[in-house]
Amino acid sequence: MTDASHTEGPMLAADGTPLKQSLARSLRRQKLRALLLIAPLLIFVLFSFIVPIGAMLFRSVENSIVQDTLPLTVEALQSWDEKSGELPPENVYEAFVRDMVVAVENKQHTRLGTRLNYEETGMSSLFRKSGRKIKKLDPDTDGPFKDKLIDIHDGWGDVKTWQVIKTHAVPITNGYFLNAVDMRRTPDGPQMQPEDKRILVKLFGRTLFMSLVITGACILLAYPVSYLLATLPMRVSNMLMILVLLPFWTSLLVRTSAWKVMLQQQGVINDTLVWLGLVADDARLIIINNQIGTIIAMTHILLPFMILPMYSVMQTIPPSYTRAAKSMGATNWTTFWRIYFPQSIPGIGAGSILVFILAIGYYITPEIVGGTKGVFISNRIAYHISSSLNWGLAAALGTILLAVVLILYWVYDKIVGIDNVKLG
Amino acid sequence: MTETTSDAAFVEFRRVQKSYDGETLVVKDLNLAMPKGEFLTMLGPSGSGKTTCLMMLAGFETATHGEILLDGKPINNIPPHKRGIGMVFQNYALFPHMTVAENLSFPLEVRKIGKSEREEKVQRALDMVQMGAFGNRRPAQLSGGQQQRIALARALVFEPELVLMDEPLGALDKQLREHMQFEITRLAHELGITTVYVTHDQTEALTMSDRVAVFDDGRIQQLAPPDQLYEAPENSFVAQFIGENNTLEGVVKSIDGDTCIVTLDDGSEIDAVPINVHQPGERTKVSIRPERVEFNKERLSPDAHTLKAVVREFIYMGDVFRFRMSVAGNDEFIVKTRNAPDAVRLQPGQEIEIGWLARDCRALDA
Repeated sequence: MTDASHTEGPMLAADGTPLKQSLARSLRRQKLRALLLIAPLLIFVLFSFIVPIGAMLFRSVENSIVQDTLPLTVEALQSWDEKSGELPPENVYEAFVRDMVVAVENKQHTRLGTRLNYEETGMSSLFRKSGRKIKKLDPDTDGPFKDKLIDIHDGWGDVKTWQVIKTHAVPITNGYFLNAVDMRRTPDGPQMQPEDKRILVKLFGRTLFMSLVITGACILLAYPVSYLLATLPMRVSNMLMILVLLPFWTSLLVRTSAWKVMLQQQGVINDTLVWLGLVADDARLIIINNQIGTIIAMTHILLPFMILPMYSVMQTIPPSYTRAAKSMGATNWTTFWRIYFPQSIPGIGAGSILVFILAIGYYITPEIVGGTKGVFISNRIAYHISSSLNWGLAAALGTILLAVVLILYWVYDKIVGIDNVKLG
Repeated sequence: MTETTSDAAFVEFRRVQKSYDGETLVVKDLNLAMPKGEFLTMLGPSGSGKTTCLMMLAGFETATHGEILLDGKPINNIPPHKRGIGMVFQNYALFPHMTVAENLSFPLEVRKIGKSEREEKVQRALDMVQMGAFGNRRPAQLSGGQQQRIALARALVFEPELVLMDEPLGALDKQLREHMQFEITRLAHELGITTVYVTHDQTEALTMSDRVAVFDDGRIQQLAPPDQLYEAPENSFVAQFIGENNTLEGVVKSIDGDTCIVTLDDGSEIDAVPINVHQPGERTKVSIRPERVEFNKERLSPDAHTLKAVVREFIYMGDVFRFRMSVAGNDEFIVKTRNAPDAVRLQPGQEIEIGWLARDCRALDA
């Protein structure tokens, strides 16, 4: 046989080159062309989205400020045992003064103070207040510095100050991530934050729990609507579809503000209930600025994201299936539960992923109707980005949120299978 | 029709009407009676009301007027799942999320039949359609023909007395379709089930059925066994719809008992059997099957009327020759002859005389 498929070794093309190589060459042009076509978008996304986000996420571990501002001090602190409970020796103080003179010159010392203040309150004012006085010292002639510094501010006589500087001197730190889960770096390794500062884990838990409740509520409310949309005659279902889409097209802020009007104690719902006599005037329901408010408003806002994928799946279930089941003797309920429902699960899955992932990172609605009890982790991230300016912690929280979403996505893929999801 | 009020009827439609929009009737005054064990086909063009009739029988559509009886009992108000009618759907409607065995087991489960008996029945039904080894497959892993068999087995597994089939072979290729036609009729007769079969394919209807109901315009145009339907159509719709047919238009000249003379529009005269023409002067469409046309004069009776014909086209079809001719102003007149050793191959342009036996030529409504 001279047939190529019967020769030993790799398959050869007509000219004797391996077939794989030959195929790759013939496809190369096509691939290049495809790459060229998507290049503008790829570059745009890369530089305006992926790179900034990557840089932002990197801030969650980046911590070179201590070493950059106080290089000599950090080196001198190496030989000091922070667990001894004694103040560092004179050479550390001398190195510190040398570093600070340069830092104050460059106005870097307040930034360092702010950074260390995240770990220990009081550090910011310590650096700010001491800065000018330390600048007047001459590192070559004015020694020894230990007592002089303690004179300037008694914070320099506190072992804790030096411990904080030494623990946070590493250029790549896990400190922000520890903070994000209510822990902190100490000389004795990672430890829990004091009781009154532990809020983030609780907030993560609440975010997950409320997102689940919202997803569940969306499933319950969206299923019958999608079913109607998929089964009613075209004319009626188009009408219904518009009712679903109209709020979807309305601005998020407008809808949220509308809920504020509806839900407040002097709002439409409470007024109606009082007028109907269902609720006493002095016992109006508190359904805003708490978790209930957030759940109600977000369920409404995210509902279209559940209805649309559900509808698109249900639309593809031919009526002949239910007819077949009934012709075989199944009651309406059996037909629904054994035949219709299992086939609509991909829609529920797609809607749930969409709603849950959107909900877990929601910010505006909880901010407006959530009060203090109904806020999400993203509100905390926003706070650290724009108010406390602790970007490292914000980045760590964001990274954890991203990881949680990815893990849930992976779990979902394992259990339901992402191939079963139809988004449209 | 004589069968409408038969006492032995297993399935019966009495004066059934159906309208979807309250303005037009999709089914107009349907009367039909089927004895037990019959294989009846509802045949008709799309929109003729045949599927609607089937859906009314299955219970998915309600009759606007009239009664449907099953085994003597009216079933108008019985929901579909209590009718106990097996059904095979056009697209098979096999549940995609269940295996083949689970699909077959479903009608038994909802009847609360025990597990061991269920498994036994499922296996028997699968064996019956020669799909015994496919129980664990999913419908999507089967070919069209295999899915068709499973759908059939599923409709039969709970041993219904009546099975409805809605164009079940529409999606199969020709060879498979012919094979399945044979399979379905064999099973139906072996199991003694009453079958109502809907199709728009007349070959299917002719080869499979005991009787065929030809639907058009919401009415049964003719209800008869296949041979009668083909050889003795009662009106021009049936004559046109079933098989190939030549139509010549003209006016009845005279009627004499069971023969009549028709003057065609070009003035020539032919003999015909009057079917639904009653007096001279009526317009009529004369129907004659292509294979009954004779152009060998020796085979015609000496006093038979003949017509002049010009051969337009000769089409070789293997087993038969097909000629297109111009006859009495009709350019689409078809003549078929068997490809026998002595068969004549007429050439285009040739002028010949054609004729037929008077009994093969039927004068129908215009």
